[in-house]
This record gives sequence, C-alpha cells and structure tokens, in this order.
Amino acid sequence: MPIYSEKVMDHFTNPRNVGEIENADGIGEVGNPVCGDMMTFYIKVKDNRLEDVKYKTFGCGAAIAVSSMVSELAKGKTLEEAMTITPKSVAEELQGLPQNKFHCSNLGAQALHKAIEDYQSKQKVGGQVNG
Amino acid sequence: MKKVYLDNTATTPVLPEVRYEMLPFLTESFGNPSCLHEWGDIPRDAMKKAREQIAGLIGANPEEIIFTSSGTESNNMAVKGLAMAQQKKGKHVVVSAIEHFSVLNSAKTLEKMGFEFSMVPVDKYGVVNPEDVRKAIRDDTILVSIMHANGEVGTIEPIKEIAQTTKEKGVLFHTDAVATTGNIPVNVKELGVDALSLAGNMFYGPKGAAALWIKKGTRILPLLDGGIQEGGRRAGTENVAGIVGMGKAAEMARVEMPARMDKLTKVRDYLITELPAKISHVIVTGHSQNRLPGHASFCVEFIEGESMLMLLNAKGVGVTSGSACTSRALQASHVLLAMGLPHEIAQGSLLFGLGIDNTKEDIDYVLEVLPPIVERLRQMSPLYSKFIKQNKGG
Repeated sequence: MPIYSEKVMDHFTNPRNVGEIENADGIGEVGNPVCGDMMTFYIKVKDNRLEDVKYKTFGCGAAIAVSSMVSELAKGKTLEEAMTITPKSVAEELQGLPQNKFHCSNLGAQALHKAIEDYQSKQKVGGQVNG
Repeated sequence: MKKVYLDNTATTPVLPEVRYEMLPFLTESFGNPSCLHEWGDIPRDAMKKAREQIAGLIGANPEEIIFTSSGTESNNMAVKGLAMAQQKKGKHVVVSAIEHFSVLNSAKTLEKMGFEFSMVPVDKYGVVNPEDVRKAIRDDTILVSIMHANGEVGTIEPIKEIAQTTKEKGVLFHTDAVATTGNIPVNVKELGVDALSLAGNMFYGPKGAAALWIKKGTRILPLLDGGIQEGGRRAGTENVAGIVGMGKAAEMARVEMPARMDKLTKVRDYLITELPAKISHVIVTGHSQNRLPGHASFCVEFIEGESMLMLLNAKGVGVTSGSACTSRALQASHVLLAMGLPHEIAQGSLLFGLGIDNTKEDIDYVLEVLPPIVERLRQMSPLYSKFIKQNKGG
C-alpha cells in the first residue's frame, strides 16, 4: 500500500492556491530546513473574512498536501472560524497522514494562525497610529 | 507507463538464472543440510558449492566464509563479535562517520557494554583520510571498521592504505563491503583486511542471504548461539535456497564484472553529466573518480527529496533520497551532513542506483520527466523565491 492516502496524493500532485500574495495583509512562516519542512502562508482579509489564502511550501508530499488542504479549508472563512482549524482536523480531511509525519509535516494550521495573528497585530499598530 | 527502477543500492532484482538455481531448494530438495540422510546430502553439497562461489568472488578460502541473513547481521557480528573476542587486549573501536547504521549502532551498543569508540571524519567527497585513522588508533584500540564504499554517495574508501596502518598497529580491520562486493573487484588479500561483510541482494542474489568473511585464525564471539552450523560461529538452520542463489549470483558477478562495470559506468557518467546540465543548482555528491560504477547522487537545491521521489514514482521512476522526510526516523542523511552539507541542501538529496539492465534510454526518460518536477516544486518553494528575490536585489 502506498504510504499516502488518495486525498494526500491528490492535494500533493495538484496543490490548490499555491503562490504568494502581493501586499498580503498577514504572513505566517513556520518550520525550518533542519526538520525538513517550511511553510509560508499569505492571507488577504476583507470584512473579517479570508478573501484569499496562498502559500509556499518546502517539504515532503505530506507537507505540500497539508498546505493545500489548509488553504482550501480557510478560504472564505471568518478569522475566528479559521483559528479553529487544527492539525487534527487537517489530517482528518486528508484521510489521515502517516504517523511519523503527523507532527513534522502538519504545520499548515500553525502557519495560517500565525498569518492571522500577524494581520491582527498590524491592525492594532495601525489603529494606534490612526487613533 | 514506462517503468524505470533506479534503486539498486536498496536492492537489486534477482536474476532469472539465480532464481532457477534456488527453486529446487524450495521444492524437492528441502532437506536440512545438518542431517546425515540423503535429504541432507543435497543441500549440504549445494551449500559447499555456494561457499566456494562466494570465496571465489573475494579471493578467500571457502572455510573462512560465514553465511548470515543480511549485510546488517554481518556488520553486527563483525563489530560486536570481534570486539568482544578481543576485549582482554583493549576496549576501543574506530569507525568512520559515514558507516551504515548496522556498524554505527553496533559501536553504540558496545559503548553501553563498557567499550569506547572514536569516529573518524570524512572530507567533502566522503573520503576517509587514512592519516585520521592512524591518529584515532590508541594503545587500547582492538578494531577498526571502515566501509569499502558508501551506498549513499558511492565513494570508494582507501581500504588498502588504511590496512597498512592497522597491520602496523596490530589492530583488526573489518570492512563493510556490502556496496562493493559483486559490483567492483573485491579481494580480501589485496585489501589487507581481517573481516569483510557482503550481501547477496546487492549483486542480483536474493534478500536474506549474506556473508561475513573472517581471516583464518581470527577469534570472534558468535551473535547466535546454538548448534554447530557455520563452524559454531553462526547457529541456526541455514537459508539454503538463499545461499545457493547468492552463490550463483556471485559466480555470475565474477564472470560478468568487467562488462557490467563498463556498461554501468557509461550510463552513470551520462546521468552525472546530463542532469546538472538540464537542471540548475544541482550538486553532484560523492567523489568524481573513486565512485561505484552504477552510482549517481545529487542534491537539488531549494526543494525536498521525498516530494521529488514521490513525483518521480508517479512517472514510473523508482529512486531514493537521503532527506529527513524520506527516512522513517525523520533525520537527514548522516552521510551528507558528515560531508559538511548544510541541512537545506541535504534535504534535496536524490540517489540513483543504476542496475545492469538500465540503458541510456532510461536516463533520457529521467532527464525528460525530472526537470518539470523540479521546476514545479521550486515554484512553490519559499527557499527558491527567497533566492530569486535576493538575486534580483543583488
């Protein structure tokens, strides 16, 4: 049996929403090449919703599939809804991940949350300047 | 879809002639070679022949061959068995940083049992400097274990030179020749070693049959206690079919070696020249000259090996990688790191183990399908976009 589920292979071989967003509202970067995987998520926010989500990923098939799935799950969601996406829910949507890949490659939700936090902290700073 | 198997360092296929020799021992000639009746006679004779065939491949005496189950077992037996048999003389062992885990972890087990070990480094081509081995040998050193060639980067080590030092110092020298035996000339007398590991599935024999050669008169403590199989040095009912197959494969390797090496080297050199010409930012790992004939290894920058491997697999190409994500332990290749490659480069490791059936056309197919895979993965790599931005800025 192949190590990856059909869903993982689908998202790995045809990843959705790959790329960067020019003048992104928030950017979240996680991982490093020592552990093997790196992900950078870019978000565009409009009316508290994720209007666009893109990413760049360095890593294995699982890492790429996770990024793709997170982008698909997050797009169109409110920021609060997007914050409820977890590594576990991402793995479930992908019909499971190999056990040894669950932690190292499953960084997508964390990268997305970081991008949202980045957006929120910019809002605060922006608010103070404006205020 | 075209299928191209390029992972012969993981295992070679079993040749039809080898399988043919094995089959009787899985059917009518099922007997136990230890038995004295005629059911035992046939497998016993077959094992004698296989022992001669293996000895013939490495220039040894048949009675010096101990059959084992794998290269891993041979290495375990050599490192632990030789060290334990010598421990009254001393408790220090020397290995290189790029040994197979069956040697490295055996050394670590010895450490838990009160031995010490030193690890000699390699240069950026993966070559052990014999002078470093000389320096690592202490008064209480009893064993040196350095591999003949590394299966991950293909580098062939200066075993003869190291053997001069070990002889001078009166220290036993074991070499893990799993990657070389049956693929390049291996002669235990010319190498000057005291023990040598080999495995049948590296030269078109079956898995589960391997051997350890130990120079006559060298004491070793068995790993497996039991009956008197293999002269009491390795108990357990023998894998007769596997051993017979390995013997046949050894004989074929000995006869066909010059032609095989010539063919493999040509196809390998074509791959090593053409791949970096077709794909930018590719590093050839290992040594340019002292290299296994069928071995080509690279690091493709800015992307990760497992994703390349999986996409190549989707195109019918079987290769391997030393990246962290490829290994079950999720650690980048200790070999590439020991050669001084940074983690992000080591992650892009791609390893081609060519076999005797591979052709230039197979390589052309790889050169056709790999560049778009690399391009696609680079387009989604944050490391690549950083690199492009920095270059534009500079």
